[in-house]
Amino acid sequence: MSTEPKDERGRDGGLPGVLKGLATTARTALRPSHTHEYPDVAPTLPPRSRGVIALLEENCTSCMLCARECPDWCIYIDSHKETIPATTEGGRERQRNVLDRFAIDFSLCMYCGICIEVCPFDALFWSPQFEYAEVDIRDLLHEKDRLGEWMATVPPPPALDESAAEPAEVAAVNRPARGTGLVGGAGARPPRTVRPKVVQKDPPEDPS
Amino acid sequence: MTLLEVVLRAVAALAAFLVLPLLVGQAEHKVMAHMQGRLGPMYAGGFHGWAQLVADGVKFVQKEDIVPAAADRWVFRLAPAVALVPYLVALATLPVHPGVAAVEVPGSVLLVLAATSVGALGTLMAGWSSANKYSLIGGLRAAAQLVSYELPVVLAVASVALAGGSLSLAGLVEAWSPWWLLWQLPGAVVFLVAAVAELQRPPFDMPVADAELVMGAWTEYTGLRFAFFLLAEYAGIVVMSLLFTTLWLGGWHGPFSDALGWLWFLLKGFVVSLVVVWVRVAWPRLREDQLQRMAWLWLVPLALGQLLLTGVGVVVGW
Repeated sequence: MSTEPKDERGRDGGLPGVLKGLATTARTALRPSHTHEYPDVAPTLPPRSRGVIALLEENCTSCMLCARECPDWCIYIDSHKETIPATTEGGRERQRNVLDRFAIDFSLCMYCGICIEVCPFDALFWSPQFEYAEVDIRDLLHEKDRLGEWMATVPPPPALDESAAEPAEVAAVNRPARGTGLVGGAGARPPRTVRPKVVQKDPPEDPS
Repeated sequence: MTLLEVVLRAVAALAAFLVLPLLVGQAEHKVMAHMQGRLGPMYAGGFHGWAQLVADGVKFVQKEDIVPAAADRWVFRLAPAVALVPYLVALATLPVHPGVAAVEVPGSVLLVLAATSVGALGTLMAGWSSANKYSLIGGLRAAAQLVSYELPVVLAVASVALAGGSLSLAGLVEAWSPWWLLWQLPGAVVFLVAAVAELQRPPFDMPVADAELVMGAWTEYTGLRFAFFLLAEYAGIVVMSLLFTTLWLGGWHGPFSDALGWLWFLLKGFVVSLVVVWVRVAWPRLREDQLQRMAWLWLVPLALGQLLLTGVGVVVGW
């Protein structure tokens, strides 16, 4: 350590600084380098990295909310209505939307994530995948099959904090049923708890 | 000496001249990278980019050889050769192993000093003949620098010659003893600093100062001629490092020097050249006035003091 007084330019003697330079470079040389060998070694991305937007086509109802909220209008949706015949005799025919085209133009997208926030049916997700550069800018318009392929790269949602409130679904299930308390008669009314609907794979059997 | 022996010695010197600078250059690539927290070349040749300089050479060969219209044609074309060949001569005179040197002359100290100063002429020729203001300023700065730093080099070497009582490099290595490490230490420091300055390497790269002079005297050069200048720079590092090894670090002295002398010689030289690289990475460039101050106010008096000390030592009989 230099004990020499600093001169008017704030330097403290030439020699210690010179030696300090040698020491710094030597120390750096003995430490692991900072280089990321990217194409050879995949980078470790932070959680919630915004690489690309993936589409879970089954969840999409063609409601167009994402396309309308998109600030630069880079989402293209085409759909048509399809009539489903009644399942029971004399029943009512139902209509549902069928998604024909869902495309995101990533040359316009600014990765704001509003479409993902606004989707009421969890059909859009952030994927950390970022290796989709193209030579021609027009090739950045990706259709729903390509967007669907990226679903495989979507990471599971991060775990909740230790002290976080229960998710709404879990809280609803765990809430004590009404009428089981001391005031009302036990079992007077059926519980009005919202329960998650049991989704059946097969359509209910036709009684006829 | 038969013709075959002459050819063999010449080929060996040429091979060393072509291989050692590449080794130093590759070492500089990697050492500098790691000192800056990088990895350096990693792809060429497969293993940690060992063939990077070979690839660079192939690239340089493919480039167009341009001579500026206003340039002094012959001087411009000759300059790389003038820069390169003297280092080959200097390298050939260095004693590699007990009794082994490519060229054995009695006054090899003088020959080496003369040859290394001629090498700098190439830079002057390049700067003068390029018809480019950056080249010219680079050449002028090189001239000023060489005038200043040639003197400390010669004085420092003279001190060793005095101590060893010989003008032959091999004789000086024979006369070397570990006591010289302390006795000749000031001269060694002076030589190392002045040698780096003579090679126009950072922190003494005022003549090429790329932030202000593009590439100094080499600005107008392309292709193979430019590569020759680069090769001359690294050959210069090799020659100066090995010369330092020969004069101050005892050359081939070391355990089992009868069999492994050449290895000690090369190893010590390599370590010295790593120091030259290290200095380049660690220190910023000196300003022109600082550069001249350092030569005339520090190195020359120090070298003269060393000469005095050596004289006293020789007379007293240390």
